[in-house]
Amino acid sequence: MGSAVTDAHGHGQAQAIGHGHDEHGPAKGVRRWLYATNHKDIGTMYLVFSCLMFFIGGSMALVIRSELFTPGLQFVAPNVFNQMTTMHALVMVFGAVMPAFVGLANWMIPMMIGAPDMALPRMNNWSFWILPVAFSILLSTLFMPGGAPAGGWTMYPPLVLQTGDAFPFLIFSVHLMGLSSIMGAINVIVTIINMRTAEMSLLKMPMFVWTWLITAYLLIAVMPVLAGAVTMLLTDQFFGTSFFLAAGGGDPVMFQHIFWFFGHPEVYIMILPAFGVVSEIIPTFARKPLFGHDSMVYAASSIAFLSFIVWAHHMFTVGMPLTGQLFFMFATMLIAVPTGVKVFNWTATMWKGAMTFETPMLFSLAFLFLFTIGGFSGLMLAVVSSDIQYHDSYFVVAHFHYVLVPGSIFGIMAAVYYWLPKWTGHMYNERLGQVHFWLSAIFVNVTFFPMHFLGLAGMPRRIPDYSTQFTDFNSIASIGAIGFGISQFLFIYIVVQCVRKQGAKASAAVWENPKGLEWTVPSPAPYHTFNEPPHVTAGAAFS
Amino acid sequence: MIRRTCLSVAGFLVAGSARADWAINMPRGVTELSAETHDLHMQVFYWCCAIAFVVFGAMIWSLIRHRKSRGVEPAKFSHSMTAEVIWTIIPIIILLLMAVPAAETLIKLEDGRKPDLTVVVTGYQWKWHYAYQGEDVAFYSTLARASADARRKNSGIDPFTVDNYLLDVDKPLVVPKGAKVRILLTSNDVIHAWWVPDLAIKKDAVPGFIHETFFRAAEAGVFRGQCAELCGMDHGYMPIVVEVVEPEAYQAWLATEKNTAAELASAN
Amino acid sequence: MAHAANHYYVPHHSHWPVVGSVGLLLLMVGVSTWLNGADPGFWVMLSGFGVLVCMLFGWFGNVISESIDGKFNQQVDMSFRMGMFWFIFSEVMFFSAFFGALFYARNMSVPWLGGSSNNFFTNLLLWTGFENTWPTNGPGDVGGDFIKMEPFGLPLINTAILLSSSVTLTIAHHALQTGHRGFVKLFLATTFILGFIFVFLQAQEYVHAYHEMNLKLTSGIYGSTFFMLTGFHGMHVTIGAIMLTIIWLRVMKGHFAPNSHFAFEATAWYWHFVDVVWLALYVFVYWM
Ligand code: HEA
Ligand code: HEA
Ligand code: CUA
Ligand SMILES: [Cu+2]
Repeated sequence: MGSAVTDAHGHGQAQAIGHGHDEHGPAKGVRRWLYATNHKDIGTMYLVFSCLMFFIGGSMALVIRSELFTPGLQFVAPNVFNQMTTMHALVMVFGAVMPAFVGLANWMIPMMIGAPDMALPRMNNWSFWILPVAFSILLSTLFMPGGAPAGGWTMYPPLVLQTGDAFPFLIFSVHLMGLSSIMGAINVIVTIINMRTAEMSLLKMPMFVWTWLITAYLLIAVMPVLAGAVTMLLTDQFFGTSFFLAAGGGDPVMFQHIFWFFGHPEVYIMILPAFGVVSEIIPTFARKPLFGHDSMVYAASSIAFLSFIVWAHHMFTVGMPLTGQLFFMFATMLIAVPTGVKVFNWTATMWKGAMTFETPMLFSLAFLFLFTIGGFSGLMLAVVSSDIQYHDSYFVVAHFHYVLVPGSIFGIMAAVYYWLPKWTGHMYNERLGQVHFWLSAIFVNVTFFPMHFLGLAGMPRRIPDYSTQFTDFNSIASIGAIGFGISQFLFIYIVVQCVRKQGAKASAAVWENPKGLEWTVPSPAPYHTFNEPPHVTAGAAFS
Repeated sequence: MIRRTCLSVAGFLVAGSARADWAINMPRGVTELSAETHDLHMQVFYWCCAIAFVVFGAMIWSLIRHRKSRGVEPAKFSHSMTAEVIWTIIPIIILLLMAVPAAETLIKLEDGRKPDLTVVVTGYQWKWHYAYQGEDVAFYSTLARASADARRKNSGIDPFTVDNYLLDVDKPLVVPKGAKVRILLTSNDVIHAWWVPDLAIKKDAVPGFIHETFFRAAEAGVFRGQCAELCGMDHGYMPIVVEVVEPEAYQAWLATEKNTAAELASAN
Repeated sequence: MAHAANHYYVPHHSHWPVVGSVGLLLLMVGVSTWLNGADPGFWVMLSGFGVLVCMLFGWFGNVISESIDGKFNQQVDMSFRMGMFWFIFSEVMFFSAFFGALFYARNMSVPWLGGSSNNFFTNLLLWTGFENTWPTNGPGDVGGDFIKMEPFGLPLINTAILLSSSVTLTIAHHALQTGHRGFVKLFLATTFILGFIFVFLQAQEYVHAYHEMNLKLTSGIYGSTFFMLTGFHGMHVTIGAIMLTIIWLRVMKGHFAPNSHFAFEATAWYWHFVDVVWLALYVFVYWM
């Protein structure tokens, strides 16, 4: 019989967690990471990987912004510029944001629901180790004849079919990312549904767990559709099918429909876990329970449901019949309702609380304000006749960076600051954290706010050079981007410092009376947390 | 060039508001529908401002008033059905108020009946082709020479010295003022999009399909736009210029064009 | 086994996932370079495939021996079940993409090319004379004239084969639960043999289509949707039949208890899923 079973002797309740399981500490050296089955190790790998990708994707963004600093071509040829745009987005979306959230899920979900680990630990490892393969393949295309894919992250045919040798590599790396996400999502669902401690009913689950559950359903539903879409690109290119060829009875726009059936839920995949994070952090620092926990759950579910029927709002200019445009406009506008419910509930959580403003709270607050601004511009985009002016302009770029950078990225950073002491057993440097916050919050606005003006004034996206009247705002945006980029080195510094245990020791609760099972285990969280299911007492979980 | 930019950045910071407002907002344009679109855009924008005022106001208020350093005790409440219902219903009402005018404008935008003139516009990598239906006039329209020279990497030409840098073509589309011009869009290779902000038109040119759109310019003038769908390397270099002229001038222009076409034909 | 009942089994470490990733790397790089025209890519692809097969055997081998050692409690079993269920759901969504393409072509793009809705000029100026029909290889007559695949004859026989294989599989399952292992062996064998017959007949159909009907993957949108849908389905039948064969071998070796046979059930679900997809295919691809 395997040692795991005999050694996992029973302990009473939550207080017994965490004592010496040294005989089962991590394996030594590289095998610990290569062969990992421990959710914390795998979570760490996801987070580190995501950070690396954030910097790579960010470097590409900086190439874009440098080229756009002034009119005229200074640094890169137009086709290289398009490669940068395409790869920047693919790397950020699939390499930085999604893996970061999976990393957080790995670390936190088992701890938050009182499970010993993720439900399918070996598959968990594979989900992670597919990613380095996928991104090695994708990034290697930068060095291929014809260069990296340059048709935009949306990969619209027929343009994407003009990609050089990189084409099949692009398709298969997307397949691999999908495979990884699907397996990761299956793991999350099974863990949440099957591994909760007995007393934690579904509606008692913390919001982060809830939003991840919904995210995982979205992932399982749409990643295979993306796989199907790119498979059709592949066969159109190499095997003579006519899916996207009018002469054969297909339609290039058909790809857009299938892509956005994936793509729109995908953007909620990138924001729902951040909603969850913020819903954990605000109550802690407002010292007040999350307002309207249940309606938050219903709101997130409605968002997820609606996200399946709004995809064509990305295609208002493709010449859809009128009824289609009307339907997709109304459905899209509706999403503002459940999202509003979330925003209002967060506000109500802060209302009459006793707030303090540590770094995680600061990032969450910036999230609240700036995501809402991004949501407003989203709503404006939903109005078809105005979208005819906005579409494919920098107004759209401004919209989605507002929801993605101070939205998703700030959500991730808030989560890292919030749980870092739990992971490492030490406090991060609060003062530096706040400096990092202010630099990020200011520069993110300097970077992306002017893009609204550029778009409205008529600057199209995905262009390497522009007419001179757009100069001012572009220069400002570029300065902001460089500032934002440099500020992120501070983040790395703070995290490394904390991981190297240079801060004060953290208590088990870390913050002042936070709610949630993760705060009942010591800091750092022991290698194996809940070998015995803990009891969900009134104080330990949300109710 | 860099110095020029720094100067203009500084200039902007000092006298930002002095610049014409075309720089930061959607143009009102020169068609009835472009103005309507602009108004709709402003209307939705003002709604968002109003909501932002309330929501951000509440947030800021509680950030200021409900901070621990003021010695407040946190309240205990954690839900309220009434509140949830209210903040579900009110946004729905606001959205309805937006949706109705939005739908009305959209329906007008799709009503391309009874055009006075039809032009078939075909996108190519990377130029536009215009064919006047029923007339023997057709031509390509490409990036103007001055821009094309200056746009090369390290060309040594300062873009600021080029008139309408990247927004100028060798041969613009010419249409009469006041006429309802129908545009039939298609493409010869990949997807392009025909966008002229002042006419409030943006429509994709999809190979194998023809999409319709239209405009009726109320003012004469030169209106500039660009291809708005990524179409490869030179996507940034296929501008659109529409010259709206008085009807008589248009007829004269058409006649010369036909003559040149006929001369070319007989010369061959 | 008192422990197994209380403790969720978490394996300590496993090298199979990393082996799998290496396999995927070889597979994907191989197939990509091969598609780009470099012949050695083919062998790289095969080696990647080989690594993946080894990985599957090794990985499942581990799981099977853990299961035989009694390390899995009910909860672990439930995790496996849920995992399989959601995996199958993701497969359903993969097929939906292709069904979506089929519906889009039939209800949108082909009628539009024929001039319906807001595409009057599409037909008038670009595809004069093209009419909205199904099946079609498009206004460009891509791939040349072809003959439509009829729903009766072979496809109907194949439907009957797959449906009866589902029945035999269910009988085998009941027999397993009631401990009639002789029946299990017999009906399981019948099931996968039916599965392989299906694949064989499908291959015949393809050969017929290519040689006598000029119906090819390149026959416009009809050929594309027909072969992609039936092709992916056929691939799934093949995989399912192989899975059934392996399960049968395990039954022969005495594996599976009446109350604990996750692998058997997972394979059965998979088989039923393949069956349901076929029914959808039969209705929407062959029949309507
Ligand atoms: C995290 C990612 C994310 C999120 C959350 C959103 C959220 C939304 N998005 Fe965005 N979007 C993107 C990422 C995201 N988007 C990306 C990446 C693209 C471009 C892709 C590409 O082309 O490359 C895009 C593009 C995009 C378009 C296409 C534009 C175009 O190309 O022409 C549209 C159009 O409708 C749109 C709409 C919306 C709407 C209505 C929301 C809503 O969910 C927002 C809802 C929120 C609020 C409205 C604010 C809070 C609410 C209240 C305070 C309540 C009261 C409010 C009212 C009653 C108004 N988005
Ligand atoms: C989650 C997603 C995400 C994130 C986080 C970002 C982050 C950023 N994006 Fe991105 N972006 C997209 C998703 C994202 N973007 C998408 C989907 C598109 C559309 C693509 C398309 O059209 O197809 C896009 C397009 C896009 C454009 C338009 C390009 C075009 O249309 O041609 C621009 C232009 O400014 C831009 C800028 C930026 C900037 C400045 C950041 C900054 O936040 C980045 C911050 C910078 C850093 C973090 C750099 C840190 C690194 C260094 C300082 C250098 C050191 C380097 C090493 C050590 C290697 N992005
Ligand atoms: Cu043509 Cu972009
Ligand atoms: Cu969307």
